[in-house]
Amino acid sequence: MSRWFPWLQAAPLALVLACFLLVPIGLIVVVSFYDYDSFSLIPDFVLTNYREVFASPVTWQTYLKTVWFAGLTWLVTLALGFWLAYYLAFVVQDATWRMVLFVLCTVPFWTSNLIRMIAWVPFLGRNGILNNALVGAGVIEQPLEFLLFSDFAVILAFVHLYTLFMVVPIFNTMMRIDRRLLEAARDAGAGFWQTLWCVILPLCKPGIGIGSIFVVVLVMGDFATVRLMSGGQSASVGLMISNQIGLMQYPAAAANAVVLLAMVLLLVAAMLRVIDIRKEL
Amino acid sequence: MRPDVELIGVTKRYGHGPAAVDGISLAIPAGSYCCLLGPSGCGKTSTLRMIAGHETVSEGDILLSGRNVTLLPPAARGTAMMFQSYALFPHLTALENIAFGLRMRGVGKAERLARAAEFLRLVQLGAMADRLPAQLSGGQQQRVALARALITRPKVLLLDEPLSALDPFLRTQMREELKRLQRELGITFIHVTHGQEEAMALSDMAVVMDQGRIAQAAPPREIFEKPASAFVARFIGGHNVLELPGGRFAVRTDRTRLAPPPGGASLAGQVAAVEYQGAAVRVVVRAPDGQTAEALLPDGLFHAAPVAPGEAATLGWDAQDAHPLSPNA
Repeated sequence: MSRWFPWLQAAPLALVLACFLLVPIGLIVVVSFYDYDSFSLIPDFVLTNYREVFASPVTWQTYLKTVWFAGLTWLVTLALGFWLAYYLAFVVQDATWRMVLFVLCTVPFWTSNLIRMIAWVPFLGRNGILNNALVGAGVIEQPLEFLLFSDFAVILAFVHLYTLFMVVPIFNTMMRIDRRLLEAARDAGAGFWQTLWCVILPLCKPGIGIGSIFVVVLVMGDFATVRLMSGGQSASVGLMISNQIGLMQYPAAAANAVVLLAMVLLLVAAMLRVIDIRKEL
Repeated sequence: MRPDVELIGVTKRYGHGPAAVDGISLAIPAGSYCCLLGPSGCGKTSTLRMIAGHETVSEGDILLSGRNVTLLPPAARGTAMMFQSYALFPHLTALENIAFGLRMRGVGKAERLARAAEFLRLVQLGAMADRLPAQLSGGQQQRVALARALITRPKVLLLDEPLSALDPFLRTQMREELKRLQRELGITFIHVTHGQEEAMALSDMAVVMDQGRIAQAAPPREIFEKPASAFVARFIGGHNVLELPGGRFAVRTDRTRLAPPPGGASLAGQVAAVEYQGAAVRVVVRAPDGQTAEALLPDGLFHAAPVAPGEAATLGWDAQDAHPLSPNA
């Protein structure tokens, strides 16, 4: 009995993961080899779905665009998140203030993703608050068109949605840095940037790694933000999959999903090679 | 000799409370080993950190080799600090930790690593170059920290409770080594400690601090033989501080005997405790007026005429061994 007990304890979670993760992924892989016509799925083993993914220049562009979105969002959230975390961890001295500011960072998360995105529309639109204010102030003659329904808007929304995912893990690693190390660096003659580069940054690597995984994975799989903020003018792999599902082209969608999954896994594996996050876990 | 480190009316205030360091003035001779000694909260660490430049000075000036450094950053002062619990960089190897100061000064990689290896040998850790701090023992980490502080060739080395994290055996060993290094390098060491034994063993000059002020600054022998106040006598240990007819006196416990010598002073009472310490036996006597005093007797002397708790006893000492103290301090 006692020999089975650990297995029994692990069983519920294993069962949940098997039913709701492994089986669906297995199904997607299976369906990705199916054939289909306008009306029905045809159980088969064909490679046409994958051939379409890799042969079509449109798909390639969409994948590139997705990587581009992820890369740019990663850069901006990293820069923003690092300095926000730095401010919270090293500049704010008072623990109560730190807590208040930290909670303030999470305020956007009290509403849903969708509402946070839609909230940008009246602000960025052609006759939105920002354009009206700028025209009114005489800074510009014509309303700026690139603000909404553009790649700019998509990146802006991503940054807005995901910067906190960068701030939290980096902040965590920063709070674990012994303050005497900074003094020791100063004592050895290090200036601000030298301390940052030689002491703080290397010690923040695990946090940066975890934050990067969050942001990259979330952006790579996104479809709602791209659709809404680009006004249908940009595409991402997620959006492409969602469209294919809308057209009932399940095998094509499944093939794309498998390719996307493989790509994200490779990216995460690459990040884990560069940064050892085990210290954080 | 020209002083190496000079403090002139140095004061440190945190917020609006009382001063943590209250207008202290001190001159430390060049090439000497100086210990700042006192109970926790006496201001010794704040003083050290002000000399290092890690704490701003509220009032007063700090001079190093005649140069006013009060407003200079730490690295421009010619000091180096060894931190309590060492503050080694956890992501760098022992060798890279030691080379850090040179790296910050823009010394090329090959040269700085070669010089770091030299210092690693100086602290007898040649084989540990590639270990991370987490893979080193406490004593080894301490040596790395010492080498890291010394590599920039400071004129003054500041040590913040360097031995407190070590076990007693290692502590004695490191103590010898610190003294040896100081002698060999010929630079000034300023060492903060709360252990009087450590201060006595190491220092050429000991500075006893109390509530942000200097209670006494003198060679340890002078402090032990002529404590300036009751606080110093109690803190340094080995003294009975007694209110006797004729004032307040400090009497060394090892000069106190169980039989009053002819012409000497004495304190009569009851034995309150007897403690065997190997080479010596400690006898505590409580007088009827509530004062307690102790005698540290060589074991031979005690066993020739032993006493037990509860027995009547009279402590005595030569009149010349009673060191008068000012009544108010």
